[in-house]
Amino acid sequence: MDRRTSIKWVLAASAWPLLTVPAGGAAAAAAGAAGYGTDPDLLAAYHPGELWPLTLSSAQRQLAQVLCDLIIPADERSPAASQVGVVDFIDEWVSAPYPACRRDRPMLLEGFAWLDAEAAGRFGKGFAASALHQQSAICDDICDARRALPQRRAAAAFFARYRDLTAGGFYSTPVGRTDLGYIGNVPQARFDGPPAALLKKLNLP
Amino acid sequence: MPFVTAASQAHDYDVIVVGSGAGGGQAAYTLAMEGAKVLLLEAGRRYRPATETPMFQTPELAPLRATGTPQKPFGFYDATVDGGWQVPGEPYVSAGTSDGERFQWWRARMLGGRTNHWGRIALRYGPYDFKPRTRDGLGFDWPLAYADIAPYYDRVERLIGVYGSNEGLENTPDSPPGCLLPPPAPLVSDYLIAQRARRLGIPAIAGHRAVLTRPLDFKSSPALLHPGNVRAQRILAEDMRARTACFWATPCGRGCAIRANYQSTTVHLPPALASGNLDITTDAMVYEVTLAGDGRASGVGFIERSTREQRHARARVVVLAASACESVRILLNSRNARFPHGLANSSGRLGRYLMDTVGSSVSGQVPLLESLPSLNEDAADGMQLYTPWWLYREQRAGRLGFARGYHIEFGGGRRMPGFGTAAGLEWLTAGSYGARFKQDARRYYGSFVSFDGRGEMIPNDLSYCELDPQLKDTWGIPVLRFHWRWSQHELRQAAHMQRTFTDIIEAMGGRTRGPAESDGARAIAPGGSIIHEVGGAIMGSDPATSVTNQWCQTWDVPNLFLTDGAVFASNADKNPTLTIMALAWRASDHILDRMRRREL
Repeated sequence: MDRRTSIKWVLAASAWPLLTVPAGGAAAAAAGAAGYGTDPDLLAAYHPGELWPLTLSSAQRQLAQVLCDLIIPADERSPAASQVGVVDFIDEWVSAPYPACRRDRPMLLEGFAWLDAEAAGRFGKGFAASALHQQSAICDDICDARRALPQRRAAAAFFARYRDLTAGGFYSTPVGRTDLGYIGNVPQARFDGPPAALLKKLNLP
Repeated sequence: MPFVTAASQAHDYDVIVVGSGAGGGQAAYTLAMEGAKVLLLEAGRRYRPATETPMFQTPELAPLRATGTPQKPFGFYDATVDGGWQVPGEPYVSAGTSDGERFQWWRARMLGGRTNHWGRIALRYGPYDFKPRTRDGLGFDWPLAYADIAPYYDRVERLIGVYGSNEGLENTPDSPPGCLLPPPAPLVSDYLIAQRARRLGIPAIAGHRAVLTRPLDFKSSPALLHPGNVRAQRILAEDMRARTACFWATPCGRGCAIRANYQSTTVHLPPALASGNLDITTDAMVYEVTLAGDGRASGVGFIERSTREQRHARARVVVLAASACESVRILLNSRNARFPHGLANSSGRLGRYLMDTVGSSVSGQVPLLESLPSLNEDAADGMQLYTPWWLYREQRAGRLGFARGYHIEFGGGRRMPGFGTAAGLEWLTAGSYGARFKQDARRYYGSFVSFDGRGEMIPNDLSYCELDPQLKDTWGIPVLRFHWRWSQHELRQAAHMQRTFTDIIEAMGGRTRGPAESDGARAIAPGGSIIHEVGGAIMGSDPATSVTNQWCQTWDVPNLFLTDGAVFASNADKNPTLTIMALAWRASDHILDRMRRREL
């Protein structure tokens, strides 16, 4: 494997623990009964909901959208996460038949419920209906697991996972790629490496 | 009619080749181009890279943003068909359950096998690597030396196209002029890693990968590869001209529709088919080698997957190249009165001495690489530079605590953003969200570097496979049960990798998320996860202690050969694919020579 491939493996391995022995067999067949199988059409364009039904309620989707956009709001360079389909992606994720998705689903749903309960207790309404500064006050308490109070550890773990999913959904779109300044994935006649001026600035090589 | 079914196969093949990956593809190529009538049997489906490869597809078009699942472990767009560490309907058993005793078996069920998705890293073994026991008393010597195989490395490099450079470093062979293509330019991160690694005495040189950085030499290579065979030269020249050089975009692991990198399906099989001497049957799951009354192989039994029926194909010579463990499995399942413990197993060594590569990784974040201008760094998709093993002297002096070396595959750069690009940043961002998070994502994108160690594992008595006494796969074929154990050499080596990579990152002014892992058992990747499994039918000079001779010919059955990783007597840190191809070419030349002399 090359470096890139092995990084992908590391990511895959951390997200998808391998089944216990015997590998394959019944377990793999069960996963294959749903999902996209081991030989999907790689050239088709897929949309959330096409391969397995989306399962979030409209209230959950509303909360998902508010939270996505708190994490990735619109700014001068790019729109908010919900504007590029991240809510659909989150719904696709928590509705998918794969082990990591199934693990995330209760965590996310419990996290949504916790946000609503927290907002109700502090501000008298659900999280999505709370004011932006109220939503932010709650997020401030759980955005960094190392600083979160012990009773908010689970909520902080949820927030970290939700932030990763939101970012994963956002930066894997054309808008997200442009936001980061990615300009590849186009054929080029030649590749000459970085400009000399940049190398000189960095005292390289 | 190159693609045939069981019903339309001919009855007079010279050679059956089982498996169409690196070893089977090379054997089929050499044999067919030189005039042998070859039947190639592939367990998986037919695969057409020109029309099936998702070259420019981007993650938002894929389910789950193209991230990996158990059904597509390397991501949705990875080339692998019906493969992974689990294959539906084809289980295996790992006898050990703890991390250090578990073995995971990667397979692909498609024409071309795993060559369609591999990393294209193509390193030559060096002189030391064939004589490890002579050097340090451990493991086994091969029954051949570097000089025996060097001409075949030359040929394979010329045929498939490998970029790299000649540096004159110890046990890191140079190639003769004309073999290597020029290496690609390094990335900013490559330059920085190389500069800081060198300050620590760690070299960084051009990588070697099977990617065409310019078109192949279709004028002179064909005559060198097929001397005296004008027809083969013409076919190859035509095919070399049809391959396009890299256009510096799209990940190699998806395969390559423009044939700019090596995969068996784009390099070995097209000219072999054009020769008219190759028939291919896909969806043919070989389960046994059959014997004639005189003790010679008569052919193979296989399951036609479309009908689930048992079929038989005959030939003068049988070449197994189904992948190391699958070839061993076929032989273990080919039991008969003469070979009650598996065919070609009079030594009792069949299934023994499985090896994978030692793997351990560290990544870090480097402030010097933050907020760089937008550059297109798709490049050659990795390994513009790498570090060959460099501590031979310290190792000889016994100062390291482990006997064999590793190389480093490193890199960074502004890769195409995806599912994990801005994940897990809180160790750097103090948990930012909102406008601040977007700024952090921009700041840190492209500022990460990663280091993957790839080290030699010494064969041992506790790492082997055998048939499970009960379990069968969906085709009714008994499955493998794996036993796995690392020695201190591997564990200490993995810990050394961790320390070294962390040192390099710190020398770059970078930081890692946690301290270097000093416990090798925690640092090492599980057996089978690097997908360099070799051994199981090792070659040797003594029939009592090895399964094949230096020609990949089994000691027990003269017309039965193995041209995959099963014959490896050691597993040097260099990724095995190039050596598999060199050995397969050499074995095929030997088969042709013996057939011409009517000895086979």
